[in-house]
Amino acid sequence: MADSPPAAAMLKTPLHSLHVELGAKMVPFAGYDMPVSYPAGIMAEHRQCREAAALFDVSHMGQVRLVGSDAAAALETLVPVDVVGLGVDKQRYALFTNDAGGILDDLMVTRRADHLFLVVNAGCKVADIAHLRATIASRCRVEPMPDHALLALQGPAAAAVVGRLAPALSQLTFMTGAEARIAGIDCFATRSGYTGEDGFEISVAARDAEALARALLAEPEVAPAGLGARDTLRLEAGLCLYGHEIDTTTTPIEAGLTWAIQKVRRPGGERAGGYPGATTIERQLAQGTERKRVGLVGNERAPVREGAAIVDDAGIAIGRVTSGTIGPSVGKPVALAYVSTALAAAGTRLDAEVRGKRQPMQVVPLPFTPHRYFRG
Amino acid sequence: MPVLYTSDHEWIATGDADAATVGITTHAQDALGDVVFVDLPAVGTTFKKGEVAGVVESVKAAADLYMPIGGEVVEVNEALRADPSLANSDPLGAGWFFKVRPSDASETASLLDQAAYDALVKEA
Repeated sequence: MADSPPAAAMLKTPLHSLHVELGAKMVPFAGYDMPVSYPAGIMAEHRQCREAAALFDVSHMGQVRLVGSDAAAALETLVPVDVVGLGVDKQRYALFTNDAGGILDDLMVTRRADHLFLVVNAGCKVADIAHLRATIASRCRVEPMPDHALLALQGPAAAAVVGRLAPALSQLTFMTGAEARIAGIDCFATRSGYTGEDGFEISVAARDAEALARALLAEPEVAPAGLGARDTLRLEAGLCLYGHEIDTTTTPIEAGLTWAIQKVRRPGGERAGGYPGATTIERQLAQGTERKRVGLVGNERAPVREGAAIVDDAGIAIGRVTSGTIGPSVGKPVALAYVSTALAAAGTRLDAEVRGKRQPMQVVPLPFTPHRYFRG
Repeated sequence: MPVLYTSDHEWIATGDADAATVGITTHAQDALGDVVFVDLPAVGTTFKKGEVAGVVESVKAAADLYMPIGGEVVEVNEALRADPSLANSDPLGAGWFFKVRPSDASETASLLDQAAYDALVKEA
């Protein structure tokens, strides 16, 4: 990512003044001045989300509509994902791939009655919109939604909170969406998130965002959480962060995202291939890859962070950490890493190099903390 | 007890001439956030002023701990090793890091006094 612009040039979300009022520590992120934590601190905000409900401002992310009857088929030319078969108000995880099978961005796609609703990463949104316009604008209208905010209410109490303010929303199951009125404010919510917990992501007009945030924060189970807790939560949930676990040099197969490629888009499927990098991805589906993304847990106390080398018994580098910290819920060092496929099986003992010392770790199945999605 | 500061946000209490106590400041722990790990030097190790003598890590970041003055480490805070959150809850007291026998007491001359450190933090 490019250097951060000076504070004056930083973009602000519609909740910026609320963050400042709440005493948030603000940091530059993807060109935005964003809350990394509030006075409670990252650990408390992380626990808040695992135990009750946390409210995150993710308005920096890109929201885009693809409008037109051909939108789903058009989008399928850019992602190895079944969009055509997605039912109305169903949501799916997707990946923009490049010609080498690398990942340009990951995104969420929700089919609405008359359009597709996309949520893309903040740091990629300008490039994503340009990519959509350059490739499929002749088949559907590409409509960015800069006048919308995005709030994430996450945690085991999220459903009770939302159910109190908008009873119909508590009937949603994981990866479905619905229009709703929460505390008198019109919005579109999906039952989804980036923490491993049950919860909702709520798209709302920018002018209503602060009123919605205040209404949610007024509920006794809810407290604000910043990007710091969002990162530890998603890491424990084993979820990829663009620019860390996934980028243009990693493929969906290496990243352990094979599940995101539905059968209908794989060889033998009705709409197999037809997306950038299909040759490489299909070869890797059949033959495997030389490296894989894995989860590692350490038994010593030092965090193993991004960039740390992973070595085998002989001290030969066989991988690299892409994200790592002390998992506040796990209570141990947790890391996501790419390692040689031969050493990627759960239970494999490996060492991480931390400040010149070897620290023993073990490959474990992901996620580190169980997902608690509401599947009905 | 005289307390002096570095521009790297360590403090050193020099009341005991043979065992000056070193820790991180309130400002430092606040900037780091929740401290989850400290790497303390081995007792008996000698460092020069400005050398890295330890590491303090929060959930979000790792920071080096620099020697405020040269000398030999004579004691480390095992309670802090066991509970790194002491660096947040009591950075100037129970969250101390280690004690050092200064090799040259005159090195404290270049450290910041309370007023100078307060001004530095206010500026930041």
